[in-house]
Amino acid sequence: MDTVPQLQRQFVEYTTSLYREGYLDDQFSQLQKLQDESNPDFVVEVVSLFFEDSEKLLNNLTAALHQENIDYKQVDAHVHQFKGSSSSIGAQRVKNVCVVFRNYCEEKNLDGCMVCLQQAKNEYILVRNKLEALFNLEQQILQAGGSVPMMV
Amino acid sequence: MVHDVEDDRVEDMEVEVLSSMWPEDIDEAGKKFNVEKPGVHQDMLEDLTFIEEPSIVDFKRLVELTSYSEKGSSQLANLVKNWEYKQENAVRLLREELDNLSKQQHEVELKKLEILEQHRFEEESYGGDKRPVSVLDEVYEAFQDVPKRRTDVIVEEDKRLEIDAEYDTVVYWKQRALHLEKLLEASVQREQILLEKLEESIENLEKQASPVEELSQILKRADNFLHFVLQNAPVVIGHQDKELRYRFIYNHFPSLGEEDIIGKTDTEIFKGGGVKESQDFKREVLERGLPAKREITFETQLFGAKTFLIYVEPVFSKDGETIGVNYMGMEITDQVKKREKMAKLREEIAVQKAKETELNKTIHITEETMRAKQMLATMSHEIRSPLSGVVSMAEILSTTKLNKDQKELLRVMLSSGDLVLQLINDILDLSKVESGVMKLEATKFRPREVIKHVLQTAAASLKRMLILEGHVADDVPLEVIGDVLRIRQILTNLISNAIKFTHEGKVQINLCVIADPYPEGHQEPKINMDDSSVSTKNGVLLNGHEENEPQSHETVVWIRCDVKDTGIGIPENALPNLFKKYMQAGADTARKYGGTGLGLAICKQLVELMGGHLTVSSKEHCGSTFTFVLPHKLSHACDGSDDTDEFGDMADNESSDDDITCGFFQFQPHALGSTFSSNGSAITHKDRINVTPKEIVSSMDEDDSSRFDASSEPESSSKCNSENENTSCIKKEKQNDDGLDLAVDSCSPLDHRFHNAGDLCVACEARKDSNRSSECSSSSSNRQEVAKSERKPKILLVEDHMVNVMVARRMMRQLNQDMDVVNNGAEAVRAVQSCSYDLILMDVCMPVMDGLEATRLIRSFEKTGNWDEARKAGVDFPSYDQVFQEPRKRIPIIAMTANAMSESAEECFQNGMDSFITKPVNLQNLKQCLQQYVE
Repeated sequence: MDTVPQLQRQFVEYTTSLYREGYLDDQFSQLQKLQDESNPDFVVEVVSLFFEDSEKLLNNLTAALHQENIDYKQVDAHVHQFKGSSSSIGAQRVKNVCVVFRNYCEEKNLDGCMVCLQQAKNEYILVRNKLEALFNLEQQILQAGGSVPMMV
Repeated sequence: MVHDVEDDRVEDMEVEVLSSMWPEDIDEAGKKFNVEKPGVHQDMLEDLTFIEEPSIVDFKRLVELTSYSEKGSSQLANLVKNWEYKQENAVRLLREELDNLSKQQHEVELKKLEILEQHRFEEESYGGDKRPVSVLDEVYEAFQDVPKRRTDVIVEEDKRLEIDAEYDTVVYWKQRALHLEKLLEASVQREQILLEKLEESIENLEKQASPVEELSQILKRADNFLHFVLQNAPVVIGHQDKELRYRFIYNHFPSLGEEDIIGKTDTEIFKGGGVKESQDFKREVLERGLPAKREITFETQLFGAKTFLIYVEPVFSKDGETIGVNYMGMEITDQVKKREKMAKLREEIAVQKAKETELNKTIHITEETMRAKQMLATMSHEIRSPLSGVVSMAEILSTTKLNKDQKELLRVMLSSGDLVLQLINDILDLSKVESGVMKLEATKFRPREVIKHVLQTAAASLKRMLILEGHVADDVPLEVIGDVLRIRQILTNLISNAIKFTHEGKVQINLCVIADPYPEGHQEPKINMDDSSVSTKNGVLLNGHEENEPQSHETVVWIRCDVKDTGIGIPENALPNLFKKYMQAGADTARKYGGTGLGLAICKQLVELMGGHLTVSSKEHCGSTFTFVLPHKLSHACDGSDDTDEFGDMADNESSDDDITCGFFQFQPHALGSTFSSNGSAITHKDRINVTPKEIVSSMDEDDSSRFDASSEPESSSKCNSENENTSCIKKEKQNDDGLDLAVDSCSPLDHRFHNAGDLCVACEARKDSNRSSECSSSSSNRQEVAKSERKPKILLVEDHMVNVMVARRMMRQLNQDMDVVNNGAEAVRAVQSCSYDLILMDVCMPVMDGLEATRLIRSFEKTGNWDEARKAGVDFPSYDQVFQEPRKRIPIIAMTANAMSESAEECFQNGMDSFITKPVNLQNLKQCLQQYVE
């Protein structure tokens, strides 16, 4: 078993890399700041909500874009939501894809939308894996009796 | 050559002679007149036939004239001179001929001399030193006087030396001499003949005809020429003696015989217009001795209406006495006609031009006016926007907690602000009325209230000790239908006018019902005492008043309103201009009393637009009375029993009935405020309600509110109603706030109202995904939290996205704030309906109903107090019956927008949002927002 400081260091490094690689932005740290004793699982709750929501949205988007007559307005609404939620948790790269996605929606560019959808899916899965890994680390730290270090 | 000389001479002479035959003022053309030398051959005149009758001559008189009058004698003298000159000329010519001849002779002599000399030379050549003896000596003797000249030829004597060597045969010379001698003889013979001829000619000359014959010939020729020239000219030439009797007349178109004219005066010959004038004119010339011209129009039986240009010149005797006149008349009737026509045309052109300039001026003025109007309208519009900002701010201010003085001040401020707004609207209205786009509204109103309000408003700004009174006759209906705004506008205008010009005494409004002034349908109304105020009723009433009026059987009641003052009055001469725009009674009125001069014009136009008419009667220094008569439809509801209900509803305090039917109001100025007395009791309180409903703050107990709840069934059928409702609702507002706190504090089940509201909130939350149990629980814990706190602002988050909701909620909790959450605009509207919030955070992009629309609906509710608009937009209110209809103060609504572009922000503001924060929301933003709008 790793020791707590090790785990903590790993956590810090990992988090830093997430920021550095642009998976996350400041909004995520905002979320982290909102978490306290009264709400110990706030970040996880929000993020898992985001995951649920995102999966639903991605499914919707996939369905919407595979229809014969694509309702771009509908697609745009989904993307808008996706963008909103991803920016709310600070999933920066997902959000960035969404911005491009919306532009393609506006242009009613199916190819562009399909590419973006794929990208969004990829980015989502990436950020989900990263975040899950992060939460795992967090759990490990907590299980090891340590406290999750605050990122400043 | 000789002929030419003669020609010139004659011409010169003729000119001189004739110049005196014509008046001095005749131009060059006249002088060119040449009887003697017409320029063509002399027989020219022989081809012409002259009718000689036209000229009628008193020959005796003519002879007299030639011998006695200066002119005549000078003529004669000229003729004689002419003749003499001619004779002289003939002599001169002959002399010249003589000269010529002698010249020739001289030449011949010279030749002869030459020959002789040649001959002499010959002699010398063979005679040696013998003195030469001329063979032709005798010949030399014959010209005794010639040798004088011959001396000139001395040179020729030297020449003979040169000739010397040439000829040497004697025979030749002799033959030659003989030949020359023959020539000489012939020459001498010719000379002799010429001399004889000359003598004969001189003799002839002497024998030639006497000057008289010559003269008469010349005269005849002149006469012929004159006739030739004058034969078709419309001229009359005449001579009259000093008694103005005709002595000579030339008339090409004679209508009278010689005996009818000669020896008679004009007046004796014919009668009619102009005859006397011409006679007088001739006499005048005769007396003054100066020639003159005059145009005289004759109107005689003899030749009808004709105009003559008459030239009259006096004729003087040799002693310088006037002995008569020459006169010449030319008929210029046509010319005069033409001239007159021309003059008329010119006049017309001038008039036309004047009109044109006038029109141009008018056009210019109109254009200017249009521009000015445009500018005025634009300006008014520009002024209106910021001013309404000021007024609405003041209105908002009036809903805050203020002490009595402040309220009073605010009330005046509001009423003035309203007035200014109204004025600006007036200006806009005026242009609307003028361009015919003014629309009148038909609303129920109570005349008594209107009168009271107007008087009250006037009293509020009263600066003098004036009594303002309102008398409303009993027969005036409680409620009528009309455009109350316009009527108020008219009344306010008239009242303020009256007050302005009244220094002491009172200003009165009297209201009474009169009989239909146009009983037979819509006729032209009678002309009012001032011409400019003729009102045109037909048409205006139809399109301006109410569409259904003409065919409706609704009772129309004509109400007459007098606005009477005891002011300075209006001078009678100012009355006609009184209702004109920018006109005031006197030039100094504006200076003294100010004002734009627009008020009465607007009043008049409005009254006429509504189908009535406005008149004025005034006595200077005693006061004026403005009277307008307007048709009003009767409000049916007014008579019904339900309307008493309505009034009963608002009878939250005493005396409402009194007030409604009260027919007498009196206001006296007291400092800033005004006391108000009427025959009703405790009006003051009620009265304030009517002026500006929003300022009313009345404390009410729970009982009141519950009663109100029960009775506030939506009655949006009439605007009047809703207005009343407003009044009532506002009264609740303050109380409501208190009640709200109470509800939050206790969630008292006793207060079913807030219980419901609470339920709704819970329901809202429950509608969210069930898997968000934590949220639900948190929401319930919120409630507890809130319950603990003393007074927390109530915040509503409208957000469709759970992640965002969760984040925002957490942030709020961080900020120690609770909030309700709904998921779309429609829910937000329902939430606002059921609960009073201090702040709404509104997502813009949402399903079902977006934030913009929701905001709009909420704002509409705040303004009108009803949710009509929301219902129209499809928001259903499940618990509608229990929901309160209360306008509230403006809830701050903050947009939460993902795309923070300025365009979007603009959209937010346009829809009534107060601010916006960009998503993702962070703590900082949220905190700032709360600080700004809640704390």
